[in-house]
Amino acid sequence: MAKARAPKKAPIRVLMAKPGLDGHDRGAKVVARALRDAGMEVIYAGLRQTPEEIVRAALEEDVDLIGLSILSGAHMALFPRILTLLKEQGGRSIPVFAGGIIPDEDARRLKKAGIRAIFGPGSSLEEIVTTAQSLVHRSS
Amino acid sequence: MTGGSGRLPTVARAIVDGDRRVLARTITQVENGDPSVDRVIRSLYGRTGHAPVVGITGPLGVGKSSLVNALVGRLRSLGQSVGVVGVDPSSPFTGGSVLGDRIRLERRADDTGVFFRSMASRGAAGGVAAATREVCRLLEAAGFDVVLVETVGSGQVDVAIRDIASTSIVVVVPHLGDEVQTLKAGLFEIADIFCVNKVDLPGAEIAKRDLTELVNLGGRPTGWAPRIVGTSTVDPPVGIPELWDDVLAHEKFLDESGERARGERRRLSSEIVGLARDHVGRELFDRLERDPALRRLLDEVVAHRIDPRTAADRLVRGGRRPG
Repeated sequence: MAKARAPKKAPIRVLMAKPGLDGHDRGAKVVARALRDAGMEVIYAGLRQTPEEIVRAALEEDVDLIGLSILSGAHMALFPRILTLLKEQGGRSIPVFAGGIIPDEDARRLKKAGIRAIFGPGSSLEEIVTTAQSLVHRSS
Repeated sequence: MTGGSGRLPTVARAIVDGDRRVLARTITQVENGDPSVDRVIRSLYGRTGHAPVVGITGPLGVGKSSLVNALVGRLRSLGQSVGVVGVDPSSPFTGGSVLGDRIRLERRADDTGVFFRSMASRGAAGGVAAATREVCRLLEAAGFDVVLVETVGSGQVDVAIRDIASTSIVVVVPHLGDEVQTLKAGLFEIADIFCVNKVDLPGAEIAKRDLTELVNLGGRPTGWAPRIVGTSTVDPPVGIPELWDDVLAHEKFLDESGERARGERRRLSSEIVGLARDHVGRELFDRLERDPALRRLLDEVVAHRIDPRTAADRLVRGGRRPG
């Protein structure tokens, strides 16, 4: 057998997706860019993704993390559905974070349901990057 | 050839049986150079070598991702399953990457006949990642009828796809340059098919004419005259069935002319030598660091008393007769 190769530090792979019907993806792009600059491989899935498409992409791409961006107000319907599908399809261990316009009360309930971190307007990119990194390291 | 399917390692068995989650995880391990998948990779090699591996390359912004999506649609309508690898560049500064080839993929949430994987180039030059070839093999072993590889938006010398693909499509658009551009060495030399995309734009006829002249100057050394096809992926799409037919025509040519076997021989011999070189290189590094006599040799080179070429000779000889 060949000798063990020198272990390389594998980059974090993260899926950035926008579930639902709003077309405002500037936030998702800014975060994608910040995660890229932090050395991550960001799979940018783009706008108007269904929960099924998001989960499928996450599993095919074997990501370490999922970031969801939403401004439409449909988060209480879409996020739990994504978490359920992830559980059903063997992706339970993939942490999910979210950003957008999410009222505090909804944020509390979503965190209870399993969304690991939620960022509203005014969150700093640094905070998002640090949280993303720690979510991956805690779950591995 | 590997033994019967009964002897496959569990992970390999799962991949062959269509477990997409195991496939996805194994791809990650291959990308990361994880030595624990060595056995899986070795055991699956015997199941590869039949599927067309089609490279889609060309400068950035010519519409490669949209063409891949259109080809996926065409193949699905023909009942063929498709594995796709989309490569995008890694930052030379941070190692990070934004992988956006998936955006153009039509929504196929329930279609198990398609598998799409985004890959970062991770520092490899040439338009694909170091692991792209092995990932293509995994997709083939997983049973996909066709493998498509979309390269990084290529420069003129990004021709590594040639070492992976059985058919290479070079995509251009109108107004990329005059006919002298088509004569330049590199990218245009590897085309089995020239695809003039965005053929609805003005200038498409000139682009096709320039390429026709290029092809008329002489085909590939194999005797294949590259096909030229005009395509558009905006509604209504143009030329997609023709593009796929040209791929099939080239694949048929490879079989009938014996070029497939010759090309495989060339590709595989360079792969074997590359792997062996890595292997020997690692051993020599180890030796240079651990063997006290060789460490002294290095000291002598550092002090400019022995030159590096002489030291290399001794390193290799020392490798054959240790002690």
